[in-house]
Amino acid sequence: MCTVCGCGETEHTHDHSHEHDHDHDHSHQHHYGKGDAGLHIAGMSQKKIVQVEMDILSKNNHYANENRAFFLKKGILALNLVSSPGSGKTSILETSLLNLKDEISLKVIEGDQQTTQDADRIQKTGVKAIQVNTGKGCHLDAHMIGHTFKSLKAEEDSVLFIENVGNLVCPAAFDLGEYCKVAILSVTEGEDKPLKYPDMFAAADLMLLNKIDLLPHLNFDIEQCMDYARQVNPKIHILQISATTGEGMDKWYMWLKAQISSIIALKG
Amino acid sequence: MHEMSICMSIVESLEVSAKANNYKAIDKVWLEIGPFSGVEVSALEFSFEVAVRGSIANGAELEIIQTQANAWCFSCNKTVMIKQRYDACPLCSSSQLTVTGGEELKIKQISIKE
Repeated sequence: MCTVCGCGETEHTHDHSHEHDHDHDHSHQHHYGKGDAGLHIAGMSQKKIVQVEMDILSKNNHYANENRAFFLKKGILALNLVSSPGSGKTSILETSLLNLKDEISLKVIEGDQQTTQDADRIQKTGVKAIQVNTGKGCHLDAHMIGHTFKSLKAEEDSVLFIENVGNLVCPAAFDLGEYCKVAILSVTEGEDKPLKYPDMFAAADLMLLNKIDLLPHLNFDIEQCMDYARQVNPKIHILQISATTGEGMDKWYMWLKAQISSIIALKG
Repeated sequence: MHEMSICMSIVESLEVSAKANNYKAIDKVWLEIGPFSGVEVSALEFSFEVAVRGSIANGAELEIIQTQANAWCFSCNKTVMIKQRYDACPLCSSSQLTVTGGEELKIKQISIKE
């Protein structure tokens, strides 16, 4: 019997093997319409439309929420550092770690497509770092972070820096469970980057404008750059720094300590 | 180019949903994509075709419903339509806007072959 409309006297199957050296038709006539474009009889259609309303990133978001709840419970400030390649993320981290490691417990997760060079650089500061290689992947995801974090054995009331893959596009879409994203833009990249890659700057709480020691040698309009960033994200906080000379780094440390206080307050 | 991993997530969600509900095959998928979802529609379409191969949605047709973006203007005290994240309010030209819609990235509905 046809499973669609009940036509036909006995059960039949469409599976039979024979040589297909001639054309023939495997179809049979139903008493109504022509498939899903035709008449719809409740419970008897051969196709069914199901409303799912499912968030495509729900799995990543589920892991991210688990990470966030865990970090909060332990009083761990997790920061997701995002930027294009070469903006100075690792240099900012090296300088920050050397300056802060005696007063704050710090850990680092390094994300890159290949090599352990960044983790090796971080390890030299004496701070524990783990490298995650995404292979062909263009971003870190929440599952990788949750998995990697376990082996870092972070203490309570500490800071976890997650250096994402250098990419101003994809990491914007993937929540890692961080407290907030910190976008790093170097003045050698051009002031219009916030407009060209708005999703990333819209997702960040803080923008670090790095390499300001090079400003005398460049045609970089710093005010224009900050205006562009605020155009995309009116609430973004902006700090001008140089990881090389140390200029402005104290403001970055103050910002960090304010976030640590917020996390500890939230932990209760 | 994270459209491929987005498509792999879609296939994974479809497989889970099919297993839970005993679907035999999925032949059409409707996605709702906002202009600020960070997804390039043409790249998504390309990846989808590859990602569904051999899955519960093998050969499935893809229809993309593109939503419009909007934002709340603090000066006008109302929701306004925008095209880009950096757009000023079309009514008062203020840039004090908070995006309230346009980040959609979801599977809206599916067609099941029974």
